[in-house]
Amino acid sequence: MGANIPIHEVIKPAKERGFKWDPNEAPTEDYHDALEQLEKEGELEILRVPEPYIEVENKYGRIKKIPLERTWHHKSCGQCGHIPGYSTSIFWLNRQLGLDYLDPKDQTSCTAWNYYASATSNPAAQAAVAVRNFAAAGETGYFPLIHCGTSFGHYKETRHEIIHHHDLRRQVKKIMERLGKKLVMPEEIVHYSEWVHVIRDKVAERQTIDMSQIKAAVHPACHYHKLIAEDAIYDEEIYGAQRSAIITGTLLKLGIDVGDYSTWYDCCGFGFRHILVSRDFSRSFSTMRKIEIMKKEVNPDVVVTHDTGCVTTLDQSQFAAKAHDRDVGVPVMSDSQIAALAMGAHPYKVLQLHWHNTDNKAFLRKLGIDVEAKWQEFEDACEKLKSGEQQFLTWEDADA
Amino acid sequence: MASNVTSRPSTALDLTGSKYRDIPFEEKERLFAEVKADMRFEDVLYGCYECGICTAACPSARFYHFSPRIIAQAVAREDEDLVYTLMNDSIWDCSQCFSCDRCPRHNSPGGLITVMREVAVRNGLQTARDALEGYGRIIYKVMSTGTQVSPDMLQADAFPDWGKHVTEIAENLDIWRRALPPETLHTTETGWEIDDKTIIELYLIWHMTGVMDMIKDIDEGLFMILQDVMEERLEEAGYDETFD
Ligand code: SF4
Ligand code: SF4
Repeated sequence: MGANIPIHEVIKPAKERGFKWDPNEAPTEDYHDALEQLEKEGELEILRVPEPYIEVENKYGRIKKIPLERTWHHKSCGQCGHIPGYSTSIFWLNRQLGLDYLDPKDQTSCTAWNYYASATSNPAAQAAVAVRNFAAAGETGYFPLIHCGTSFGHYKETRHEIIHHHDLRRQVKKIMERLGKKLVMPEEIVHYSEWVHVIRDKVAERQTIDMSQIKAAVHPACHYHKLIAEDAIYDEEIYGAQRSAIITGTLLKLGIDVGDYSTWYDCCGFGFRHILVSRDFSRSFSTMRKIEIMKKEVNPDVVVTHDTGCVTTLDQSQFAAKAHDRDVGVPVMSDSQIAALAMGAHPYKVLQLHWHNTDNKAFLRKLGIDVEAKWQEFEDACEKLKSGEQQFLTWEDADA
Repeated sequence: MASNVTSRPSTALDLTGSKYRDIPFEEKERLFAEVKADMRFEDVLYGCYECGICTAACPSARFYHFSPRIIAQAVAREDEDLVYTLMNDSIWDCSQCFSCDRCPRHNSPGGLITVMREVAVRNGLQTARDALEGYGRIIYKVMSTGTQVSPDMLQADAFPDWGKHVTEIAENLDIWRRALPPETLHTTETGWEIDDKTIIELYLIWHMTGVMDMIKDIDEGLFMILQDVMEERLEEAGYDETFD
């Protein structure tokens, strides 16, 4: 018995065994084919990824195209509202790398935070909001780059519903006609952190701050890699393609030591409604299941994540936990902020770290940044705004 | 923004059905039928192995008497009584993280809960009213301005557990917003600057998809305020009450 079992193959360490996806064995349909078919039938129009783009592989080994430029920045409510250095860093990276982008005013929230928090919506409304934004992007000739993990997740759900439900498609088409718009679906739904991932070589080439003494813990956003999981980018070089490569790929390229911890897969505790009206849960989960475990197992200088709710929950929750003598106190930032910092972005004029909660000065000092001098520069810039000498801080001021 | 951050009592979930014994079975059946009739239903539940993998991955299960397995199992077994109990006493604990999408039966218990919540809201169940208490201002914000949260929501009374940095932001709000290089971010009442035409299109979507009717059923006061704001701007943009 057992003579035919290739036992030596089975007990080889994972790395030696190797792992190769076969897109033909994927457990889901290829939505690209479904979209193409619907376009042929005149049901919708596909907004194609503009050139130049970079090809990467998704969870099931299918090719995903990530545009480098002509990106239409679908902003995030929580990033823009409460941690604005997050989006500012994304724009700053585009500008530094000379990549053409558009920061539109013809954009609404995806409204999915509310959809998941209160259920005071329905699939038709959610699909119409999504398609209105996609159509608005298409009208400009730019391609949507989604800043928020939840917008990214929800738009993937919406794509699935639009592909599979003829009645919904009809309803949305009618609404779009009333708005003078077309039923448009993008060829790919692209999250900004995927764009950061594909430009990581360019960022590393321009890196001015050595980050090799930094240890980081990564938190991947649930709506990025769990909700309609297949769009997420995986890479054989990173975690042996057993986890999404996003964030980690970028940090490794910048020379940061990424530590692993046992609750990597856990959510941050955001909870959508919980973070707004039932925060006792969010606070407990994010500190006890994430920050404390990271501290114990990795002891990171910084926690890096790629979504609005994750930065907010992991960062803000530490204040109350500290009052209870919990083992917390790690700054939390986005991959866009870390990438910008590596290229020498100003910690307050660009990263806008004064909007974050947990003390980040020790982290900045470890990178050789003169925190007091940088803060003074920001204060001086604010003085000019207060005195009326200047109305707004400009991009030129940010790099002065 | 709710200033009272509620702390739910950690009481055990009563699954005996005795709490809702007096609710007519037909009513429970009707609500369950609404859940099953939703177009998303066929994508979120294929049956249930009752294996509990979803619950093992679930953050809410760690802190509440809550289990996505029980929810998926009750719906798959078509247990109307239990589904009614869960719709009243359990579904709002879910974090909507979709960690449960690792289900080996390819269910999405989180997605099933989204549908159940919507049915609870549409039917004005007391549970939905309770869950949304203190949440009205958020709905108002996203529906009327097109962004879910705004810089001016950062007030110490709304986020007492986030410490003094919230007060610092509130005190410096105007200057700190003007100290943002992207020109769309100088706003304080919305996350970013949105065109008037864009907001009008959003209002039309709310009206044309029945979301306004849904709000009317669950929170008449909120509906009236939203209606006022929207009507004025829609009229200014040349739309009448039929939105033509
Ligand atoms: S929903 Fe899926 S994971 Fe949960 S108990 Fe049923 S089969 Fe198992
Ligand atoms: S979506 Fe809800 S049920 Fe599923 S794992 Fe997250 S909290 Fe649990």
